[in-house]
Amino acid sequence: MDAPAPLLEVKDLDVGFDTPEGEVHAVNRLNFSIKPGETLALVGESGSGKTQTAMAILGLLAENGHMRGQALFKGQDLLKMTTPELNRYRGSEIAMIFQDPMTSLNPYLRIGKQMVEVVMHHQGRAKAEARARAVEMLRAVRIPDPERCFRQYPHEFSGGMRQRVMVAMGLLCAPDLLIADEPTAALDVTVQVQITHLMSELRKRSNTAIILITHDLGVVAGLCDRVMVMYAGEAVECGSVEQVYYDPKHPYTQGLLNSVPRLDRPEDMDLVAIAGNPPNLLALPEGCKFRDRCPRAFEACREKPPMQLTEDRHAYRCFLGDPK
Amino acid sequence: MNRGSSMARHSLQRLLGLIPTLLMLITVAFLLMRVAPGGPFDSDKVLPPDIEANLNAKYHLDESLPQQYFRYLGQVAVLDFGPSIQYKDWTVRELIAQGIPVSSTIGLAAMLLAFVLGTALGITAALKQNTRADYLLMGVGMLGISIPNFVVAPILILLLAVYAGWLPAGGWDWGIASMVLPVVTLSLPVTAYIARLTRASMIEVMHSNFIRSARAKGLPESLIIRRHALRPALLPVISFLGPATAAMISGSVVIERIFSIPGLGSYFVQGALNRDYTLVMGVVIFYGVAIIVLNFLVDLVYAWLNPRVRYDQNR
Amino acid sequence: MTKTADIQAIDPFEAALGVSDVKGRSPWEDAWHRLLKNRAAVYSAFIMAFIILLVVFGPMLISWESDFTDWDYTSTPPSFASGHWFGTDSVGRDIFVRTLEGGRISLMVGLVATIVSLLIGVSYGAIAGYFGGVADRVMMRVVDIIYALPFMFFVILLMVVFGRHIVLIFVAIGAINWLDMARIVRGQTLSLKNAEFIVAAKACGVGDWDIIRRHIIPNLLGLVMVYVTLIIPQVILIESFLSFLGLGVQEPMSSWGALVADGAQDMESAPWTLIVPSVFLTVTLYCFNFIGDGLRDALDPKDRL
Repeated sequence: MDAPAPLLEVKDLDVGFDTPEGEVHAVNRLNFSIKPGETLALVGESGSGKTQTAMAILGLLAENGHMRGQALFKGQDLLKMTTPELNRYRGSEIAMIFQDPMTSLNPYLRIGKQMVEVVMHHQGRAKAEARARAVEMLRAVRIPDPERCFRQYPHEFSGGMRQRVMVAMGLLCAPDLLIADEPTAALDVTVQVQITHLMSELRKRSNTAIILITHDLGVVAGLCDRVMVMYAGEAVECGSVEQVYYDPKHPYTQGLLNSVPRLDRPEDMDLVAIAGNPPNLLALPEGCKFRDRCPRAFEACREKPPMQLTEDRHAYRCFLGDPK
Repeated sequence: MNRGSSMARHSLQRLLGLIPTLLMLITVAFLLMRVAPGGPFDSDKVLPPDIEANLNAKYHLDESLPQQYFRYLGQVAVLDFGPSIQYKDWTVRELIAQGIPVSSTIGLAAMLLAFVLGTALGITAALKQNTRADYLLMGVGMLGISIPNFVVAPILILLLAVYAGWLPAGGWDWGIASMVLPVVTLSLPVTAYIARLTRASMIEVMHSNFIRSARAKGLPESLIIRRHALRPALLPVISFLGPATAAMISGSVVIERIFSIPGLGSYFVQGALNRDYTLVMGVVIFYGVAIIVLNFLVDLVYAWLNPRVRYDQNR
Repeated sequence: MTKTADIQAIDPFEAALGVSDVKGRSPWEDAWHRLLKNRAAVYSAFIMAFIILLVVFGPMLISWESDFTDWDYTSTPPSFASGHWFGTDSVGRDIFVRTLEGGRISLMVGLVATIVSLLIGVSYGAIAGYFGGVADRVMMRVVDIIYALPFMFFVILLMVVFGRHIVLIFVAIGAINWLDMARIVRGQTLSLKNAEFIVAAKACGVGDWDIIRRHIIPNLLGLVMVYVTLIIPQVILIESFLSFLGLGVQEPMSSWGALVADGAQDMESAPWTLIVPSVFLTVTLYCFNFIGDGLRDALDPKDRL
C-alpha cells in the first residue's frame, strides 16, 4: 500500500543569524518530513536548532535571521511565501504553541477576545458563533467553567491553565499541523503530565499532526510516533520511538539516553554525562560535529558522515555501522 | 471581580493618597514665604508704626506661625485666599479666576497636541525602526527635549512674527493666531519626550512574546498593532501625563512671560518678585490641585487600561 | 556523602569545561564597545569636549574682556574685520567672550548642582533600599509627592526667599533634582541586596565590606554615571530658566540663560545676540543628552528610551 503523501516536507533547511560576532548557524541542511496525523518529536539540547526550525517554517524568525531551503506544506513552499500569504496558513492550517504560557498570551486582553479573533479572522464567522466555538474548545481542554474563563484575563490563571488555553487556541481552526515548542518546559511536573495527557487525547480525536519540540525524553515516549534527534543544527538520528529508544545508533543519542535517570536501572549505577560542550555555532567544526565529544570517534569522522538508513527506516548520521 | 467595583475601589484608594501631596505643597509654600527675610511691606517706604501695626493685623502677620498656618488652611478650605498684597483692590480669588481660563486653555491645548503628535510620531518611528525616518525623528525629538522653550520662543517669534508677519509676537486676545505660538512652544519638549517614550515602548511591545503569538495566529500586522500592541505601548505614556503636567506648568511660567500672556504663570512670577504672599500661595495651591486632579484622572485611566493593576491592588 | 569515585569524575569534567573557543568579555568591555558604536554619542562627546575647552581657555585667548565696552562697535553683527567674531551687544560688549564666560557659569552650575543632587539622591536611595520595610515606603512616598509638584515653583520660591547668591543656586537646583537618582539607586540597592550572587558571595564567606566594595559599588557605579550625564543637562536647563526670568546669577556674572534673555530683548535689531548663546546652550544640552542616552543604552540595553 502506498504511504500517504507527507503533510510537511522540510528540505535542506538552513537557518542563520547575523550578529556582530559573525553569523550564527542555527540549523544546517536539515531534512525531515511528517505525515498527516503523525506525531514527531524534535529532541535535542538547548542550542540544537529545534526551536529555530519551527520558527523558520512559520516565518517567525527574528529580524537578523535568514533561511534557505524548502518547507513544503501540502506541496506549497512556506519559505518562499510573503507574510500575507503565510498568514492564511498560520493559525488555521498550521498552529503553533509556545514555551512560556506566562508571556505568550496578551495580558491586556480577555482570553475570549484573543480566541475569538482567530476564528473570526480565518473562518469569517460571526461573533456569537466564534464565541460558542471558543467555549467548546476550552471545555475540550478541560478548563473548569469555560464560560467564565472566556471573560477573564490571563493573569487570573495558573501556568498550567494558561497552557491549556494556548492549546485550545491552537486547535480552534482544526489545523492539520500543530507545532508545540516545549509546551511543558515552564510547568510543574504534575502539570506537565496533565498537558501531555491532554495532547494525547486530542490527538486521538482529531487527525492533527504534531511536531513536539522538547528536551524532555520522558514526554516523548508517552506521546510520539517518531523521534528526530538534533545536534548543532543537524539531524543525527531519526526513527520510531521504539527504534530510537531501544536501539539508539548514534553515540549522541546513546549518551542522551544514558544520562537520563531511569527507574529500571540499578541504583548505584552512575549517570554518565556527555563530556565537553556543544560546539560554538559561530564556528562549526568540519566533518562530524559531534566528534569532539564522541567516545567512539575515529579518523574518518573528520569527514562529514552520511545519513545511514536501516531496512526499517531508522536513520542516523554516523560512520559506525557503515560497512566501509 | 467585575470592572466597575474594582475600578471604584482603586479610585478611592488613589484619591485618599493624594491628600498628603496637597498638604505638603501648601505647607512648604507657606513656610517658604513666611520664613523669607523681609516682609511684604519691606519696600522703599517706611511706614509709621501704627499703620504698620494695622496692616500686620489685617494680614494676620502678627500671629504666631502655627496660628497663621491653621488659619490659612481653614481659609483655603472655603476657597478664601485673602486679598492680594500688591494689587490692592483685588482678592486673590478674583485674580486667579481671571488667570485660569487663559492658562488652562493654553495648557490643555498644549497637552492635547503633545499627546496626539507625540504618540503618532513615536509609533511611526517604532514601526520604521532603524530606518532613516526613525533616526531623523529621534534626532529631532532629542532636539525638542534639549532646546529650552525660552530659546525656541524668541526664535519662532523672530521668524514667524517679526520677519514673516504671519503671527502676532505676543499678547492674548482669545484668537487662534495669538494661541499658536504659545501652545506650540509650550508643548514642544513634552511632545518630544512623549515621542521618544512611545517609540521605546512600542518597540519593546512589538518584540514581546504575545505579539509573536498573535503573528503565529495569522493575524494581519495592522490588526496586531491596533488591537494587541497599541494599548500596552501607550501605558507608559499615560503614566507620564502626570509629570508632564507638572513640567508644562513649570514651562508656562516662562511662556506667559515671553508672550505677555495674562495667565496664572505671570501672576505667580510677579507675585514672587513682589513678595505678594497671598497671591503666590493662591496660585501654588491652585496649580497643586490641578496637578493632583490630573494625576488622579491619569491613574484612573491607567487602571482602566491595565487590568493587572486593579487585580494586584485588590488582592 | 561524596564518594571518591565521584570526585575523581569531577576533575576531568572540570578540565574539559575549561576548554572554550569563545573568548569572554567583561560587561564593562561590552558596554564600552556598545558605546563606541553609538555614533551620536561619540560625536557628541567630541563636540562637548571642544566646547569645554573653548569655554575654559577661550576667554584667556580672546583679546576682549567680557565687560569691556567697545564704543566704536556697538551692536555690530559678526565679522572678522571688527575683531568681534560673533558681534557685539548694544553696549559694545563682545558676544563671543560673554558667551564663553557665560558658559563657564552655566557648566559650573551644572556640575556642582549635579554633585549636590548626586550626594542627596544616592544617600537617600541607598538608605531607603538598604533598610527596606517601612522606612523605605515612607521615604519613597515622600519622593512620589515631591515628584508630582512643579519644580519651577519651588526653585523660584527659594530664589525669591533667599536671594540670588550663587551657592544658593547650586543648592536649590540640586535639592530639586535628586528624585530620579534616589529612585534609581533605591531600586538597584533593593535588587542587589537580594541578588543571588550576593547571597552566594555571603555563603562563600565573603565579608560585608568586601561585598560592598566588590559587588555593590561597581553595580551602582554604572547607573550613577548614566544618571549624572542625564542630570547635568536638566540642571543647566533649570539654571538657564532662572536666569532668563531674572532670578538666576547676578550681574556682572552672566550665564547662558541670562544672555539669551538679553538677546531676546534686542533680537529684532541684533539677532546674533540671541542666536549665539542660544546655539551654545542648545548644542551643549543636545550633546549631553545623547551622551547620557548612549551611556544608558550601553550599560543596560534593556532600558532604552
